[in-house]
Amino acid sequence: MPVYTLTVNGEERVVDAPADMPLLYVLRDLLGITGPKYGCGVGICGACTSHIGDNVARPCIVPIQSIGAQPVTTIEGLANGGVLHPVQQAWIDEDVAQCGFCQPGQIMTAVRLLEQHSNPTDAQIDAAMSENVCRCGTYVRIRAAIKRAAAASGSR
Amino acid sequence: MSHRLNRNAPHDTTPESSTTRRRFLQYTLGGSATLVLGGAFVGADDAEASVSLPELGEILDFADVIRLAETPYANNLVLEVTADNRVRFELPRLDKGQGIATAFAMLVADELDADYARTDVVLSDRRADRPFSITGNSAAIRALWGPVRSLSAQARARLVTAAARRWNVSASSLRTSQSKVIATDGRSATYGELSADAALVLVPLISVTPKSISQYKVVGTARPRKNARDIVTGAQKYTLDVDVPGAMPTVVARAPDIKGAVLSWNGSVASSMPGVLGIVPLPNGIAVTARTFKQAFDARDALQITWRPGPVRGLSDANVRSTLQQINTPLTPVLPLVGSLTATYEFPYLAHAMMEVMAAVADVRGQSAEIWYASQSPNYIAAEIAQAIGIPASKVKIHVPFAGGSFGRRLFGEVAIEAALVSKALGRPVKLMWTRNDDMRHGRFRPMSRCAIRASWLAGATLSFEHHVAAARNDFRHGLGDALSAAGVNVVPDLFNQVGFVTMISLPYRFGSTSTKLVEREFNVPTGSWRSVYSGVMTAANEIFIDEMARARGYDEVDFRLRHLDSAAAERCLRHVASAGSWGRAMPPGHAQGIAIHAEYRSAVAYLVEIDTTGPEPRLSKAYCAVDVGVPVNVSGLSAQMQGSLIDAWSSMFRAGNHLDDGRIREGSFGDFLWSRMNHSPITTEVHVFPAEAGAQPGGAGELGITAAAAACVNAYARATGTRPRRFPIQEFA
Ligand code: FES
Ligand code: FES
Repeated sequence: MPVYTLTVNGEERVVDAPADMPLLYVLRDLLGITGPKYGCGVGICGACTSHIGDNVARPCIVPIQSIGAQPVTTIEGLANGGVLHPVQQAWIDEDVAQCGFCQPGQIMTAVRLLEQHSNPTDAQIDAAMSENVCRCGTYVRIRAAIKRAAAASGSR
Repeated sequence: MSHRLNRNAPHDTTPESSTTRRRFLQYTLGGSATLVLGGAFVGADDAEASVSLPELGEILDFADVIRLAETPYANNLVLEVTADNRVRFELPRLDKGQGIATAFAMLVADELDADYARTDVVLSDRRADRPFSITGNSAAIRALWGPVRSLSAQARARLVTAAARRWNVSASSLRTSQSKVIATDGRSATYGELSADAALVLVPLISVTPKSISQYKVVGTARPRKNARDIVTGAQKYTLDVDVPGAMPTVVARAPDIKGAVLSWNGSVASSMPGVLGIVPLPNGIAVTARTFKQAFDARDALQITWRPGPVRGLSDANVRSTLQQINTPLTPVLPLVGSLTATYEFPYLAHAMMEVMAAVADVRGQSAEIWYASQSPNYIAAEIAQAIGIPASKVKIHVPFAGGSFGRRLFGEVAIEAALVSKALGRPVKLMWTRNDDMRHGRFRPMSRCAIRASWLAGATLSFEHHVAAARNDFRHGLGDALSAAGVNVVPDLFNQVGFVTMISLPYRFGSTSTKLVEREFNVPTGSWRSVYSGVMTAANEIFIDEMARARGYDEVDFRLRHLDSAAAERCLRHVASAGSWGRAMPPGHAQGIAIHAEYRSAVAYLVEIDTTGPEPRLSKAYCAVDVGVPVNVSGLSAQMQGSLIDAWSSMFRAGNHLDDGRIREGSFGDFLWSRMNHSPITTEVHVFPAEAGAQPGGAGELGITAAAAACVNAYARATGTRPRRFPIQEFA
């Protein structure tokens, strides 16, 4: 099997994996990085959402061979040491999560939304967040947390 | 930690106890240098303790059944004060996002005067000595409220007594705060420092009576869930994230048909593929274990399998639908000269579709099994596993991880049985995951059902209200039957569902002569309780019907309810949302308000929603909810349940449903099971939580919201469009 060198959450990791292995199973089964979740395996639920390079991506459908030198960031790599990312903090302050299973993916999607639109409108939130399913129905609080994070960033 | 160190006077704590001869022993557990409190049902006359239980008619709802069945074991709990000054409570329930671990941490900390930040609640492993610890029917807080307060008060009294002895002062002069005992002269000691001495206290020197609700400072406030930080950092462990050394990824090839079985198979290609560790035939498929899930999927797809047709072949939605129509009990003909309205409402099969697919880790060695499975009914699962792999149930250890949703699905645990079978066959630990397709096509469903309702009236007086339901049989064989028998309700199995039905439904209105009937038929499509079970369908239908009836009779929908309501709590909720949401305010064409109430689980709720039907698809713009659960523990968690229920309601009434096509389920994932997303959700949902009043008891909350939310959404749609929805989900049949 080919050997790949990945940069995951700022660390270099060497893995021996088939070229078509989706990143999700590389992360979870080979590297023990379990923050990204399996929710569908086919790119439609958003539970695995992470960042690859500058893009929001669905690791369950991204084969390892396509990653190249792009850095991979999972939910585990979002905080800066012990300091939470403002979006993570807003998620706690709004008490967003119920079962939490979708939330790593929701947060990774929201982080990128706020990088593109520092003060997103409701329509922009709808557009960016509607590919992530939350079966517990936390959408109202996700929206509130995004607005809270936007306000917190704006005031700094 | 099983030896009793100190026996204390028998101590009765539950409300029922005065009328019974049950005796409880609160005791500290030995083998530990710290205070570990537990309790047990004692006495040689256990078997004939003749707990006097109410007759079925007196049981107001199903959660009482669970509470009563559990009563003899109610105090059988574990609360520990550790030397490093933390309080640790083992919760014999499943937290699957509904937030009970946080609620119990609040309750324990408040009663014990512990530092909330140093109070931990962990999910208990299966307890064979708590045979009816079932998570369901929104009963967790109701069932454990008394016992947990009592246990915490016991612990506090012992800690105070230990401090009094250490300082040689009177116990009643001491106070407690933030995990410390404090003397009048300013001396203080932490609970951790006192724990060892407290373990030796035989008889506490201060009262062990729990506080009154008005003394609580944490209960009744809003706290973020305890594991919020773990969730947002990815540190929260779910079943497949648990590190069980050597447990290997496993998936199962399944038939296209529901319950299809293997006729013949050939695994020669699959078994030689990279990473494959084993292939194991199961009753309903072939399991493949490999080093990674990717390799397991590849090998699964390389298996050559010929399937037997499933037992439901030939059956489609239309057949089930027409059978339900035929078997439903006819409605009574209406007398001449009397006003009447008749309507039928039809609901599809509906998957639970929790975000976390079914998964279990199993390590079966010789005559014992260790299982990780997020079960709502661990003793039932242990018995099933024991039977499947041929070992005694006493040898099945079950760990209960935090779960990524359930909605009733985890009352069953097929995945845990499969994992045990594979682990046994391969002689190694495995982690078995159902794919989303498995979950959707081979899971369980809220039964398809048909509600026929007829009401009659003369002038302002409602004379009769009849509701006859025909439904696919709901499967309750997950331990509730045993609980029911233990609660003293003797029902033959065929009557079980009727008992469930009668205890779950409610019609909190004065509608003259009322009658409700349920007929069920077994179609062999797997079913299971879905959040709110019968009331989510049938009581929602009532509330939709009541709106139609109000309009037919020329009443305002709120006014009509207020004239007939027979529940003070529901009335209070209704009045609140009508005022908060300015019921009756003018709205543009295509927009409307909708309102509905529900009373169950000794709680009540009302929703007022605003809908906009002018866009490409209807959408809620705003929602108001008012909820009365007697004693709200965590206001934030409770509001979250009401907000989530509204999304469930919108999804199930407008968007999502499953289809049976010739013995197969059509939907496979979230691409065709159209659960609501952000762009289908209201922008805001205001939830008003009524605070506890003196003497109140907690009601249930987890399932409470669905019914009223579902009806309010449909009522708004009907008012905005001038239609009368009869079949759900609306967007499929409108
Ligand atoms: S698991 Fe990747 S999108 Fe669903
Ligand atoms: S919090 Fe449970 S799926 Fe989103």
